[in-house]
Amino acid sequence: MTTGQAIATKDLTLSYGDTIIINELNLEIPKGEITVFIGGNGCGKSTLLRSIARLLKPKSGAVLLEGEAIARLSTKDVARKMAILPQSPSAPEGLTVLQLVKQGRYPYQTWLKQWSTEDELKVKSALRATGMEELKDRTVDSLSGGQRQRAWIAMTLAQDTDTILLDEPTTYLDMTHQIEILDLLFELNEKEQRTIVMVLHDLNLACRYAHNIVAIMDQRVFAQGKPEHVINCGLVKNVFGMECEVTIDPLFGTPLCIPYGKGRCILKGEGILG
Amino acid sequence: MLLKTNSMRWAGLVLAMLLLLVLMSFSIVYGYTDTTWKIAIDAFTEFDGSNEHIIIQSVRLPRALIAAAVGASLAIAGVLLQTLTKNPLAAPEIFGINAGAGFAVVIAVSLFSISSLQFFTWLSFLGAALSFIFVYIIGSIGREGLTPMKLTLAGAAMSAMFASMTQGFLVLNETDLEQVLFWLAGSVSGRKLETLITVLPYFTAGWIFSMIIAGKMNVLSMGEDVAKGLGLKTGMIKLGAGIIVVLLSGGAVAVAGPIGFLGIVIPHLTRAIVGIDHRWVIPFSGLFGGMLLLSADIAARYIIMPQEVPVGVMTAVIGTPFFVYIARRGFNQS
Repeated sequence: MTTGQAIATKDLTLSYGDTIIINELNLEIPKGEITVFIGGNGCGKSTLLRSIARLLKPKSGAVLLEGEAIARLSTKDVARKMAILPQSPSAPEGLTVLQLVKQGRYPYQTWLKQWSTEDELKVKSALRATGMEELKDRTVDSLSGGQRQRAWIAMTLAQDTDTILLDEPTTYLDMTHQIEILDLLFELNEKEQRTIVMVLHDLNLACRYAHNIVAIMDQRVFAQGKPEHVINCGLVKNVFGMECEVTIDPLFGTPLCIPYGKGRCILKGEGILG
Repeated sequence: MLLKTNSMRWAGLVLAMLLLLVLMSFSIVYGYTDTTWKIAIDAFTEFDGSNEHIIIQSVRLPRALIAAAVGASLAIAGVLLQTLTKNPLAAPEIFGINAGAGFAVVIAVSLFSISSLQFFTWLSFLGAALSFIFVYIIGSIGREGLTPMKLTLAGAAMSAMFASMTQGFLVLNETDLEQVLFWLAGSVSGRKLETLITVLPYFTAGWIFSMIIAGKMNVLSMGEDVAKGLGLKTGMIKLGAGIIVVLLSGGAVAVAGPIGFLGIVIPHLTRAIVGIDHRWVIPFSGLFGGMLLLSADIAARYIIMPQEVPVGVMTAVIGTPFFVYIARRGFNQS
């Protein structure tokens, strides 16, 4: 695995109007790893991801991509290094999967070079990697939720970037398709060493897939590191305001968070979890 | 989608151009004054100063050219606006362009007693552009910049304001009413060729630039965030598309008065035939828009002969059922 940082933020402050969302954040995101942002609703994790993707201008500070401030790079240069899949994107009615994936090559097109054989190859391999070859002539709106998300991921792959950002890529998907999408991203990281940064809501899946977890709370990073090092009852209590027990995932050995709360308890005698 | 491959689309484009020329010839030959194809050809090759020849050269020809150019411009403006606002019912009306132009003309007639059609052209262009600038600025206020929803709302508000002020002026100045009402109904008749030549540079620029940004409009149609992520300068493209819309629809309303529905109907019809790629939708919409306005204008001469129906009324009659159809389909899907 390569070393070094793919993305860093320098004294990054983000705000909506006068409301500060992220305050003077210095964050480093390692190259070639999967990094997952976690945190409660409205903690600013999506805002942070959007700002890294230059979709949101910082109030002050900078985002550095491979050491260079993205504000100084041309937006097409950035698009050749970093792809972003926003939360629940919507394709225009009637757009086919192939047309969608071809748009991923936009950053490489110029007046002189409209469409090259390299573009063609990258589109093909993106369709293959996501298993969308068979469905390439279907319209995006006719696909199921999981297929649709794979089509969008194929578009970001066609962009052929070292870094891919995804804002809640598993939202609205059932459990099977959540795993399918995360497995796909995991494989992309394993095989091609792409840096993947995403926001996930499911803490347990985050622990399973992430090399690096960033827990965000109160306009700053509460903790960052390997899930097995940073995820514990104290962190969950602080970041999510929830009482829980953290145990070990019996299949993967990664941290597994089991929340307290009401609900039916069918354990005989004294429950082991209190 | 009717034309599935690019070779079919090229063939369709040639066919549509031929059809447009055929309709223009029909528009020149058929009407209240009886003329034949032979007279029409003679009028250009062996002009003899006869009544028929004069009508063909100075009335029918400008009328056919204006109908084709105005129809094409309104349709292309509609395509750009529907992508820009992500609103399938968007058309030049939504930017308050027609209402702004109408208001400028009414002000001129009421306050300054101007009645030259040539002068109307400049005024309505000015009114359309000013209205667009207001709408664009109002739509851009706030933290997220220009959003489709804010643009649509600003346009609706501006249209309502200009429309009611126009009516207010008309009530106060009944003497000028007739002349203005004729303009407000929208028509391609009674215009001189010079009127078209005045706005032709704007039309031509609009047509060319709309083709140049067609590929970028495809990227923009994927949504603001995705487009930005792909490295598109969305602010620039939205501003550019907005200016093209003003050139095209401002020019159209200046020449022909407000002609509604064409900008809504044609883009949908075109997408049903050639798909959603702007690189095809824009040229096809232009041709289809010209064809529709020519057909509507020819039909308008025959419905209550010897009188003519204003062509704006014809397009509304064709467009309204279509509008309802799209609205219902749109709501059912979302």
